[in-house]
Amino acid sequence: MNNIIEADNLKAYYITKAYGVERTVKAVDNISIKVKEGEIYGIAGESGCGKTTLLKVLLGAHKPPLTVVDGSVKYLFAGQEMASLTASSNTLRDLKWGEVSYVPQGSMHVLNPVRRIGDTFHDFISAHRPMGKHESRKMTRAYLRDLGLPESVLRAYPHQLSGGMRQRVTIALATILWPKLIFADEPTTALDVVVQRGVIQLLREIQQKEGSTVVLITHDLGVHANLADRIIVLYAGKIVEEADTRTILKNPRHPYTQYLINSLPNIDEKTERVSIPGRPPALDNPPDGCRFHTRCPFVMDKCRTIDPEMIYIQTGHRAACHLLTEEISHVATA
Amino acid sequence: MTTIKGLFRFSPSFRYGAIILILVLIMVGLSYVAPYEQDARRPVPVNQPPSGDYWLGTTSQGQDVFWTLTYAMRNSLTIAGIAVLIGRGIGVMLGMISGYLGGTVDRILSSIVDSFIVIPRLPLLILIAFILRGEITTLILALLIGFLDWAFPSKRYRSQILSLKEREFTHSAVFSGMSTARIVMQEHLPFIIPFLLADIVSGFLFAIGFEVTLSVLGLGDLGTPSIGTMIYWGNYYQALLANRIWVLAAPIAASIIVVVGFYLVSIGLSEYLDPRTRLARLQVAG
Amino acid sequence: MTLLKEFVLPRIMQWVVVVFVGVTLTFLIPRLSPVNPVDQTINRLSSFQRLDPDAALSLRQSIEDLYGLDGTMFEQYLSFWGRVIRGDLGPSFLAFPTPVSEMIGTSIGWTAGLLGVATIISWSVGLVLGSLAGYFPNRWWSEAMEKILITVYPVPYFIVAFILLMLFAYYWPLFPLVGGARGTPAWTWAYISSVIEHGFLPGISVIIGAVAFRFIISKALTSTEKSSDYVQYAELAALPQRKILFSYVTRNTMLPQVTDLALSLGTIFSGALITEVVFGYPGVGYLLLNAINAGDYNLIMGITLLSIVGIATASLLVDLSYPFLDPRVRYH
Repeated sequence: MNNIIEADNLKAYYITKAYGVERTVKAVDNISIKVKEGEIYGIAGESGCGKTTLLKVLLGAHKPPLTVVDGSVKYLFAGQEMASLTASSNTLRDLKWGEVSYVPQGSMHVLNPVRRIGDTFHDFISAHRPMGKHESRKMTRAYLRDLGLPESVLRAYPHQLSGGMRQRVTIALATILWPKLIFADEPTTALDVVVQRGVIQLLREIQQKEGSTVVLITHDLGVHANLADRIIVLYAGKIVEEADTRTILKNPRHPYTQYLINSLPNIDEKTERVSIPGRPPALDNPPDGCRFHTRCPFVMDKCRTIDPEMIYIQTGHRAACHLLTEEISHVATA
Repeated sequence: MTTIKGLFRFSPSFRYGAIILILVLIMVGLSYVAPYEQDARRPVPVNQPPSGDYWLGTTSQGQDVFWTLTYAMRNSLTIAGIAVLIGRGIGVMLGMISGYLGGTVDRILSSIVDSFIVIPRLPLLILIAFILRGEITTLILALLIGFLDWAFPSKRYRSQILSLKEREFTHSAVFSGMSTARIVMQEHLPFIIPFLLADIVSGFLFAIGFEVTLSVLGLGDLGTPSIGTMIYWGNYYQALLANRIWVLAAPIAASIIVVVGFYLVSIGLSEYLDPRTRLARLQVAG
Repeated sequence: MTLLKEFVLPRIMQWVVVVFVGVTLTFLIPRLSPVNPVDQTINRLSSFQRLDPDAALSLRQSIEDLYGLDGTMFEQYLSFWGRVIRGDLGPSFLAFPTPVSEMIGTSIGWTAGLLGVATIISWSVGLVLGSLAGYFPNRWWSEAMEKILITVYPVPYFIVAFILLMLFAYYWPLFPLVGGARGTPAWTWAYISSVIEHGFLPGISVIIGAVAFRFIISKALTSTEKSSDYVQYAELAALPQRKILFSYVTRNTMLPQVTDLALSLGTIFSGALITEVVFGYPGVGYLLLNAINAGDYNLIMGITLLSIVGIATASLLVDLSYPFLDPRVRYH
C-alpha cells in the first residue's frame, strides 16, 4: 500500500515575543510518521501533547507564532509527490476539500452562527467547485440523504441543532467533495456516548464508501479502539509508541501507553483504576532526558538525562523507552 | 515599577503618551512658580503677539498666555481628577455591589444603570450648569461632571466582576472556605486594580472633554483659568476675527495634546492587560 | 411570543423609565437649585429697565405662573406632566411669547438632519474601515488609518469643530462661516445645494469623531472575531477572503454594533449640539446657546427634555430592530 502523507523529523514550535519576553513552546519535537492510503490512523495523547499542533502542520494551516523549525511534510496523491510546507498557498488551496479535508470538533462555534446550514454548505462547496446555489443545494441534499441526515437541517441555524447533529453536519460539510484524506479532530469529544456511537459509525461509513484515509486525533482511546487501524501515541511533543490497534491494546510496551490502556474502563474487570500522579509537562521547559520520566513508575537513572531513541520492536511497532533497550540488550546477552 | 519600565520600552503608544503626560505635568508644575497670580488683573499689556517677553503672547484681559496656560492645565486636570474619582468611585461601588450580590439587586441596579446610560449627558449638564450659573466654582464643576459619569463605568466593572466570579480560582477559594471579603481583597483586587487604572486614565480623557465643552459655552467657572475658559474668553474678545490667533491656538493645542496623551497611555495599558498578550508575556511553567 | 416577553416588553419598559426619569429630572433640577429662577429673571429684566414695585410684583406672579411655580411641589409636578403630554413647554423668554415647542420645532429639522446623516455615514464608514483594518491588521493602510484616527478620537467635539471652522471657513474660506442655508426653503437646486454647502463642515466635524469611535470599536471586534472557531475553519477551508470578511466576520460583528449604535446616539447628539454652536448652524444646539446667553429658562428646559426623550426613543427603535438581524434571538 502506498503512503498518502509523510512527515519527517518535524519540529514545530510556538515562538512568541512580547514586551521583551521570548518564549518557545516545543509542541512538536522531532516527529516522523507515515500514513498509508485507505487506513484509519489514530493519533492519541492527552491534551497538550502536541497532537493539535501536529494536525495544523500536516494540514498546512500553521500560522505565526507557530513556526516549523525543521523537517518536512509530503503529500503523495495520485502518484505525485508534493512538499506541503514549501508549496504555494494556491497549490494548497486547490487541494483543500477535494483532496484534503478537516473535520473539527463540532462545537457550538465552528459554524457561522448567522448563516443557515444550507448556505454554509454552498459557501464551502462553491469555494472549490464553482457552481450556482441551485446545483450546490441539490448536491448537498443528495449527500445528506446518503448519510441518513434529515434535509430539514439545511434551513436551520447552527444553534438550533443538537450537539450530535451539529457534529454530523460538520462531518458531512467536510466530506461532501469526497476528499481522499480526512483529518478528524476530536470528533466525539463533548458528546454523550450514544451520540458518539452515531458519529463513529458515520465516519466509518464515509471511509468505507469513499475509500478515503482518515487521520483521527483524539485523547479517547476507546474511540481509537473502535475505529483506528493503527495508533500512534504522543506525549509532550514526542512519539512514545506506534503500532496497529490490536498490538497497542493487547501489548503496549511503553509505560505511558500501558497507563492509557489501563485507564480504559473494562466491563469485565472490577479492579481499581490507577492514575499516574502529576500532569504533562509545560512544553516551554520540558524535562531533560525522557519527557515522561517525572511520572514514570519504572524510571531509571538514565531516563533523567538521556532522551530514549526510537526502537523498532517488530515491523509496524515502535516505541521510545529505555526499558526496551535494556530488554534488547538482555536478550542479546542471554 | 518593572511593569512601567517594561511598558515604556515595548509599547510605543504608552511611551509617547507617557512622554506627553510628563510634559503636561511639567507645565502644571510651572504653574506653581508663575510670576503672576492666576486671577491677577492686567499684569501685562493686552493683545500682544508672541515675543521674547511674552512667549505665547497676551490676551485681551492683559494676561500672559503662557503662564495662564500653565494655570489652565493645572485647573483642568484638577477638575478632571476630582470628576474621575467621583465617577469611577461610584461606578466601582455600583459595579461591585451589582456583580457580587447578583440576583434581584443586580437586576434592579442594572436596569437603573441602563436607563441612565441612554440619557444624553450634555443637555442635562448644560441645564444644571445653567441653573447654577454664577455660583459655579471649579469644585462644583468637577462634582457635576463626576456625578454624571458613573453609568458606563459601573457596567464595565460589573462585567469584570461577573467574569472573575466565574473563574476557577474563585470557585476553589469559595470551596475552601475563604470569606467573601478575603476573596475580594486577595484574589480579585489584583485583577481589578490594573483595569481600574486603565479606566481612570480614559476617564480623565472624557472629563477633560466635558470641562472644555462646558467652559467654552460659558458655563464653567469663568473667573478661574482652565483650558475651556481660555477658549471662551478668546472667543468673547473675538480673537479669531481680530487676527489674534495665539490666544486661541495655545489652549486648543493644549487640549489636543493632553487628551491624546491620556488616550495613548490608556491604549498602552489596555493592550498590556489584554489576556492574549498577557499569555505571551508570562514566563509560567505549566 | 417569548421574544415579545423577554425582549420587547422589557425594552419598552426601559423607555418608559427613561422618559419618566428625564421628565422628573428636568422638573426637579431647576427647583433644587439655590438660585431662584424667578429672581434671576426679574433681576435680568430690571437691568434693562426700571420696574416700579407693583409692576415687579405682577410680573413676578405671571412669571411664576408661566414657569409653573404655583402650588405645592407635587401640584407643580402633576401640572408639569400634564403640560408635557400636551406638548406645551411654556413660552420662550428670548422670543416672548413664542412657545418653546414652536421654536424647537423650527430648529429640530436641522439637528435631526445633521444627526441622521452623521450617524448613518459614520456608522457605515467606520464599520467598513474598522473591519478591514481588523481583518488585515498589518497592512500599511490599516496601521496608518489607525494612527490617524487614534489621534482624532479623544479630541472633544468642540475642538474638532473649531479647528475645521478656523481652517476651512476662515483662513481658507471654502465654506460659509455660519448658517444653515441661504435663501428661502424650497425644493430648488439653489436651496438644496446651499444646504449641502452650509452643512458640509458641521457634518464632517461630527462625522470625524464618530467615525473614529466606530473604527476603533469595529477594529477591536473584528480582530476578536477573526480568531473565533468558525472563521478559522472557513479560512482553513480556503473560502475566498471577501466572502469570509463580509458574510462571516462582519455579519457577526455588526450585531453588537447595532446595539451600541443606540448607546452612541447620545454622544453623537451632544457632538451635534456643540458643532452647531461653533458653526452657527440653526439647529437645536444653536438655539440652546442663545437660550443660555439670554437666560431663557423655559427654552433650556424644553430642549433638555426633548433631547432626553428623543434620544431614548431613537435608541428604543434601534434596539427593537436587533431581533431582525440576529437569528439567535429570533429563533430561540
